[in-house]
Amino acid sequence: MFYRENGQFKTRYIDDQALLPIAQDRWFMVALLAVVFLVIPFFASEYLFRAILIPFLILALAAVGLNLLVGYCGQISLGTGAFMMVGAYAAFNIATRIPELNILLVFALAGLISTVAGMFFGIPSLRIKGLYLAVATLAAQFFCDWLFSRVKWFTNDSSSGSVSAPAVTMFGFPIESPLAKYLFVLSLVVFFSLVAKNLVRSHIGRSWMATRDMDVAAEIIGIRPVFAKLSAFAVSSFIVGVAGALWGFVHLGSWEPAAFDVNRSFSLLFMVIIGGLGSILGSFLGAAFIVLLPIVLTQIPHWFGIPISTATGAHLEAMIFGALIVFFLIVEPHGLARLWAVAKDKLRLWPFPH
Amino acid sequence: MNFKSAVLAVTAVSTLLGSAAIAQTPMEQFVPVLVYRTGAYAPNGIPWANGFVDYLKLINERDGGINGVKLTFEECETAYATDKGVECYERLKGKGPTGATAFNPLSTGVTFAISDKAPVDKVPIFTTGYGRSESVNGSVFQWNFPLMGTYWTGADILVQHVSSKGSLKGKKIALVYHDSPFGKEPIPVMEEHAKKHGFELVKLPVTHPGLEQKATWLQVRQQKPDYVFLWGWGAMNSTAIKEAIAVGYPRLQMYGVWWSAAEQDTQPAEAAAKGYNGLAFQHSSERDNIVHKDMAKNVYAKNKGTAGNVKDVGGVLYNRGMISAMLVVEAVRTAQTKYGKKPMTGEQVRWGAENLNIDNARIKAMGFEGILQPIKTSCNDHEGARKARIHTWDGKGWSYTSDWYEADMKMLRPMIDAQAAKYAADKKITPVNCAKTG
Repeated sequence: MFYRENGQFKTRYIDDQALLPIAQDRWFMVALLAVVFLVIPFFASEYLFRAILIPFLILALAAVGLNLLVGYCGQISLGTGAFMMVGAYAAFNIATRIPELNILLVFALAGLISTVAGMFFGIPSLRIKGLYLAVATLAAQFFCDWLFSRVKWFTNDSSSGSVSAPAVTMFGFPIESPLAKYLFVLSLVVFFSLVAKNLVRSHIGRSWMATRDMDVAAEIIGIRPVFAKLSAFAVSSFIVGVAGALWGFVHLGSWEPAAFDVNRSFSLLFMVIIGGLGSILGSFLGAAFIVLLPIVLTQIPHWFGIPISTATGAHLEAMIFGALIVFFLIVEPHGLARLWAVAKDKLRLWPFPH
Repeated sequence: MNFKSAVLAVTAVSTLLGSAAIAQTPMEQFVPVLVYRTGAYAPNGIPWANGFVDYLKLINERDGGINGVKLTFEECETAYATDKGVECYERLKGKGPTGATAFNPLSTGVTFAISDKAPVDKVPIFTTGYGRSESVNGSVFQWNFPLMGTYWTGADILVQHVSSKGSLKGKKIALVYHDSPFGKEPIPVMEEHAKKHGFELVKLPVTHPGLEQKATWLQVRQQKPDYVFLWGWGAMNSTAIKEAIAVGYPRLQMYGVWWSAAEQDTQPAEAAAKGYNGLAFQHSSERDNIVHKDMAKNVYAKNKGTAGNVKDVGGVLYNRGMISAMLVVEAVRTAQTKYGKKPMTGEQVRWGAENLNIDNARIKAMGFEGILQPIKTSCNDHEGARKARIHTWDGKGWSYTSDWYEADMKMLRPMIDAQAAKYAADKKITPVNCAKTG
């Protein structure tokens, strides 16, 4: 009853191909954007911005980028942390060496450098598939770890190997306050999500999905696997690189290669798998699950005033978190995005099912 | 009216995420405690955290707080991860009636990450024996306090010690270090010393968490350095000592920085670690000082101790945690002499930390006699003291094997000022004029 599309007649092709063909979805999206842009800025505390919303949004962006590669094109990658690292260090080098450049341009250039790195490490995908490819992309992770902790030029000769991002300003307006940072990150995330959503609906996205579903068949119907696979690596690394630059500049402020270590790659892959492979929405749900749940779990004992030792709390957090991952993957192997789709389907008839 | 209450309710719910639902009374000083009781660094993180928290409890139990201001605290688990540390910092910085007193990140990575945020939030960062070495320069790093020594101090003192055993000319020193900002910090000083003394420096990085060091020690065996300086933390240390035993490298020629010189590091190898040296940074594993007796009487006898057993009171890292907490408490106490006997804000604590003057009489009054040297900070010197001794593991415990050394500031100070000036230029900070603030 809440989700019936009865009466919504599509009289033009353009209506049928709209981003959100159902009116309820459109209203929901408008309401969601209104809440995140207009309501949250007035009510969220500094903690909520800095420790929860900003990291969530940045990692969601990285997950969107990874989902294009893994979920849509079927190329498993364990090099996401590396591409984030490339983005962050590229942005750092560009911003410190050419300080007058606009920050958006810096991030775009950082994304492009990450794209080149991504395509380079994507070349093996032309010959190997599946888990073997995952291992090959792992090389990117170790190479970048080595590169940025050993070659001093990239860290501007910092004695400790830790770099510190210059202040972020846009058109003379400093992006310093938690609110400004939040809106900056949010705008970029919305922009890239829109780009990603449209890309996967276009012929490029369809060529990715065809390659994912069966590469031989895709080749026979005229899709060039080289182009499909490398373009997926390129677009994915661009978005991941921008997310890395945001993580360094906006969230951490100063960082070392360990901030983008192999665990980051794993956690992003888990976000995509738990959220839902081949779903932009799934990337957000997965990021929310992986980023927010541990924080909430550690704080639950405090909210209820239960005296619990820090170590027990940390172990409990890991156990419950692990159990929930197993639970969700058993209940819905297609991820949280699929659960959402099932819920929408049920809502068409609820509360009056047949 | 209705709208107003709705707005209030929504704000209350949103701020609930940030604050525990515990009512705060005004005469309280909140101390955030960033700890790691889990993960690869837990063996060393746990005793430090126990010491820190126990000392806060001791102040409440024995003295009734600092001049009547009770200490409250909350632990936050970072697992030595930078992003978790930042989350903890954001969570705890605004708690208590006057906000967080000061942060002790106990991680160089977290220190780097929150150093940019602290001046904005007006919370001092205490890095007792670690952190950014150039933050000794308080005119640029107004909010950082690397009290009682930095990595550069440590590297300098270790070189002083080995050069006192004979000229280092033509010798070889291997630095086995944790491949992170923590491990890389001493390198500039070591390189400077290599030039000055004419020894060869071999740098051997070990990747986090340092459980796999076979290749590193193979290189040690091939290169046969005259000394090995170990710059590790957590499980990396005990692994390194075991590997040294495996390749037959003499423990007598091994020197650990103070983060590689605790019981947790040598005990896994027990008697085989005999002869291993460490830098004892003011204190070692003393257990029978007045403060330890007070701890047993006032905290453990009442079953309020954080460590499982009163036997854990003392020990290198426990003492270090206790001293770290003591410095926070003393900074608050110093600030109270200027601002009155009430809870202090971060800004007031910063003044207290910059004007610390812990002399011998004060050390005796606190019960730290014998494990602490006088500390005096100023606007220009946020370190306060830079003395250390060498202690050696005899198979069961640590004992001092050298006299006091003091870091050579003639060499270090220009390096500190150069690095600080570079940081100030990068971040567009105008250094305060220390001559004016006094």
